[in-house]
Amino acid sequence: MIYWKIFIAFFIPGIVGYGGGPASIPLVENEVVERFSWMSVSEFSEMLAMANALPGPIATKMAGFIGYQQGGILGTFVGVFATVAPSLLLMIGLLSLLYKFKDSPRVKTMTALIRPSIAILLGIMAFQFFRNSYFSAGALQTILLIVVSFFLLERVKVHPAFVIIGSLMYGAIFLGS
Amino acid sequence: MIQHWNLFLAFFRVGMLGYGGGPSSIPLVHKEVVEKYKWLSDDDFADILALGNSLPGPIATKMAGYIGYRVSGILGMLNAVLATIIPTIAIMIILITSLNSFREQPWVNGMTQAVVPVVGVMLATLTYDFLKKAKVNLGWLTTLLLGAGSLILIEWAGIHPGLIIFALLLVALIRPMGKKGKDTKVYVNKEQSS
Repeated sequence: MIYWKIFIAFFIPGIVGYGGGPASIPLVENEVVERFSWMSVSEFSEMLAMANALPGPIATKMAGFIGYQQGGILGTFVGVFATVAPSLLLMIGLLSLLYKFKDSPRVKTMTALIRPSIAILLGIMAFQFFRNSYFSAGALQTILLIVVSFFLLERVKVHPAFVIIGSLMYGAIFLGS
Repeated sequence: MIQHWNLFLAFFRVGMLGYGGGPSSIPLVHKEVVEKYKWLSDDDFADILALGNSLPGPIATKMAGYIGYRVSGILGMLNAVLATIIPTIAIMIILITSLNSFREQPWVNGMTQAVVPVVGVMLATLTYDFLKKAKVNLGWLTTLLLGAGSLILIEWAGIHPGLIIFALLLVALIRPMGKKGKDTKVYVNKEQSS
C-alpha cells in the first residue's frame, strides 16, 4: 500500500523534526533513501538542490514532490498531510489552551520570560544568513545588500515583497556568474 | 469572504517570497499578520513563534495553520496552509519533471545568493524588536541575563532551543506567585499603563 508508506515516510520526520523544516531534511533522507529506497543519495541531493533554489517551506516541497513521484497527485496530498497535520494540530490545541488563560498573570509571565530566548534564536538565524552570504557572495556584495535592504525596509518602509523581488533580480543579473 | 481572500493573499506571499526554507518566512509572516492585517499583536506573535519552535515539524505551516485558525476557524486554517505550500509544490513538480538543468543556471544561483542577506536583515530587525519589547516587560538586566544564557546554551552547549523554552515556561508555571511574584506585578502594571 504505497499511500500508507508515503504517510509513514513523512509522518516520522514531521513529528521528530525539531527546529523547523530544514531540521527534517536528514530525517526525510533516512526514510526515503535508506528505508524505502525510493531514491538514490545523489537523486535526493539533486532534488534538495532544486528545492533550495525555489521559494517556500522546504519540508512540504520535498513531501509534495516525493509523494507525487511515488503516488501521483494523491501521493502529494498524503505526503504533505503527513508532514503538516500532526504538528499543526498539536500547536492549535496547545495555543488554544494558552489563549484561554491569557489574562492570568502566570501566562503573562510565561510570555515575558521566553521573549529574550526567542530574540536570541532569531539573532542566531540572522547571523547564519549573513555568514552563508559572506561565504557564497563575498563580503562586498553581502554588505552592499545588507545596507541597501536595511535602508529600503526600515527607513523608506518598502514592503518586503518588493525588496526580495529586487534582490532576486539583482542576483540574477550581477551575481549569476 | 474578504477575510479568506486576505488570508490567502498574506500566506501566498509568504510562501512565494520565503527563500531558504520555513525559518526565512518568519519575518514575512510577522510583516503580513502583525503589521499589515493586524490579526495578531506582537505578544501573540511571540507566543506562537515560541511554541512553534518548541514543537516538532515545519515552522511555516504551523504558523500559517494556527494563524489561519485564529482568524477564521478550520477553513481559515486550510486556506492559510494551502496558500503557503501549494504554489511552491506545484512549481517544484513542474520544474523537476520538465527541466532538470534549471538549477544549474548561473542566474538561478545568483538569485539565491542575493536574497540571503536581505532575509538576514529582516531577521536582525525582528531580533531587535523582540529585545526592545523584552526590555519593557523585564527590564534590561533580566533581558540581558536571559538572552546571554540562551545564547550560551543554544550555541555553545548545543541545547535544543525547545528545551530552553519549555524550561522557562515551567519556571513561570511553578514559581510561587504571592510574595515572590514581584516582577510579575511590575510586568502587569507596565502592560496596563502602556
